[in-house]
Amino acid sequence: MSITTTTERRQGFVDLLASEWVKIRSVRSTVFTLLITAVLTIGISSLGAFAIAANWNHVPVAQRLTFDPTSRSLSGVLLGQLALGVLGILVFTAEVATGTISATLTAASSRTKVLLAKIVMFAIVAVIVAEIVSFASFFAGQALLSGTTPTASLGGTNVLRAVAGTGLYMAILALFALGIGVIVRHTAGAITTFVGLVLVLPLLVTALPTSLSNDINKFLPFTIGQTMMSVHPQPDTFSAWAGLGLLVIYTIIILAIANWRLTSRDA
Amino acid sequence: MIEARGLTKAYEDTLAVDHLDFQVVEGKVTGFLGPNGAGKSTTMRMIMGLDHPSEGSVLINGQRFSDLKNPLRTIGALLEAKAYHPGRTARNHLLALATTNHISKQRVDEVLDLVGLTSVANRRAGTFSLGMGQRLGIAAALLGDAPLLLFDEPVNGLDPEGILWIRHLLRGLAAEGRGVFVSSHLMSEMALTADHVVVIGRGKLVADTDMANFIDANSGKTTLVRTPKRRELAELLSQHGATMTDVDDDGLQVSGLETAAIGEIAFSAGLVLHELASVSASLEDAFMSLMQDDVEFQSHSSVVHLEGEHA
Repeated sequence: MSITTTTERRQGFVDLLASEWVKIRSVRSTVFTLLITAVLTIGISSLGAFAIAANWNHVPVAQRLTFDPTSRSLSGVLLGQLALGVLGILVFTAEVATGTISATLTAASSRTKVLLAKIVMFAIVAVIVAEIVSFASFFAGQALLSGTTPTASLGGTNVLRAVAGTGLYMAILALFALGIGVIVRHTAGAITTFVGLVLVLPLLVTALPTSLSNDINKFLPFTIGQTMMSVHPQPDTFSAWAGLGLLVIYTIIILAIANWRLTSRDA
Repeated sequence: MIEARGLTKAYEDTLAVDHLDFQVVEGKVTGFLGPNGAGKSTTMRMIMGLDHPSEGSVLINGQRFSDLKNPLRTIGALLEAKAYHPGRTARNHLLALATTNHISKQRVDEVLDLVGLTSVANRRAGTFSLGMGQRLGIAAALLGDAPLLLFDEPVNGLDPEGILWIRHLLRGLAAEGRGVFVSSHLMSEMALTADHVVVIGRGKLVADTDMANFIDANSGKTTLVRTPKRRELAELLSQHGATMTDVDDDGLQVSGLETAAIGEIAFSAGLVLHELASVSASLEDAFMSLMQDDVEFQSHSSVVHLEGEHA
């Protein structure tokens, strides 16, 4: 061993990004959670498609006319978005829980860059996985529906937007979850907060008077997701892309708060 | 060089670190000594940029931690015993850290070999014993071949063989010209390893001195002597340059004279002795007496602390 005194390149963002990739691929729980995301989303979507195909003869005509085979084949996203969100949360909270965070932070001079590296690396993984899952759900669902009910193809009006957009929606929501993880620091607390915001909040809002709930509802991530999955425009909501834009804004705000918490507090 | 100036960490109701000034220089092992809860870990976390000082500063080669180009190549640290993901292999844990400071894969294998973990490098770290985990933490500290190294209680959980290994390692690192800062609550361990010692109690600096001076000043031999003629003997001994304190009704604790000399002085003056014993205070004793007033968690106050936590 000798002491190196050569002039050296300053630690760059790319170095931190590469490190995050090593971390993501070297832990089994990552692969496991991604697998759960895929199985839940594709499985439940297929189940939903199968169920309506099997009962098609008993479905009232009015419902048959508004039937949206695209949205139906994406119904598993309801749970898949939670699984991917949990992975987003774990990106940070697992480091806190295991104590790895102190090793990570003492190897990096900028906490903001560490967080940014985590965000970018997870965004890449999340987008790829969410898109694969979304398209797989769509094709599996259409295959199960075909022959019995109307089906959709990617060339249909708004179908590609719905399928690809749903993947984006899942990925952005998972980044939102990552931000919650950084702010809350503890896995259980962060998951509770995330599930509360995504699933419980919409239920609470439905208990409000209709005029009020309609106003609030369209701002909720859940509604934004439902609108994105649907081929038809939904009443009392933002358009699919406007909704996604809103979700991006929420996510940027949450991640900015996360950065503030991470840099201002003791690790 | 690590330089702390007025380094202070205040929590809501306590001063964990209270205006510390000290330096850690290259080529020496600097021991950081103090009872549990004295503020050693907080100080080390502030050096490594994990905790923010409330006041004062600590600089590494004149720079703040956040200004370092490649932190691992400037200062390596073992802070927590288990700062790794149990599901990740030892090699991947080190590889993830190495990547951030563009340290080569060869260096990862080198440090694995250095700490004796090569054969278990591809095992998930969650299966490691406490000692192996400690070695992995040390490997991480050594990864960047840094000129400054920090070890927080490195011998915790190690067997005697491991303790000996750490001692040699720290001495070796200092001999290579590195500055080594190592904390411990065990005086005896420090006496064997450190060249210089910084002692703190309740966050305050108690001593900052060469280890040799510290030992000389704090482990002097004394003699206990008991005689019914204490006053007469005390007068004689002080004429011979001894200093002493009274013990019980008939005893003297004498320093500055050999035990044999005391016996001869008493004999030639015809004074009866009931006891003549040489007492060597251990370094541990010296440390304890130095710390007597400074141990934060004394038994009477610990009850209050517990109640506070439950409230």
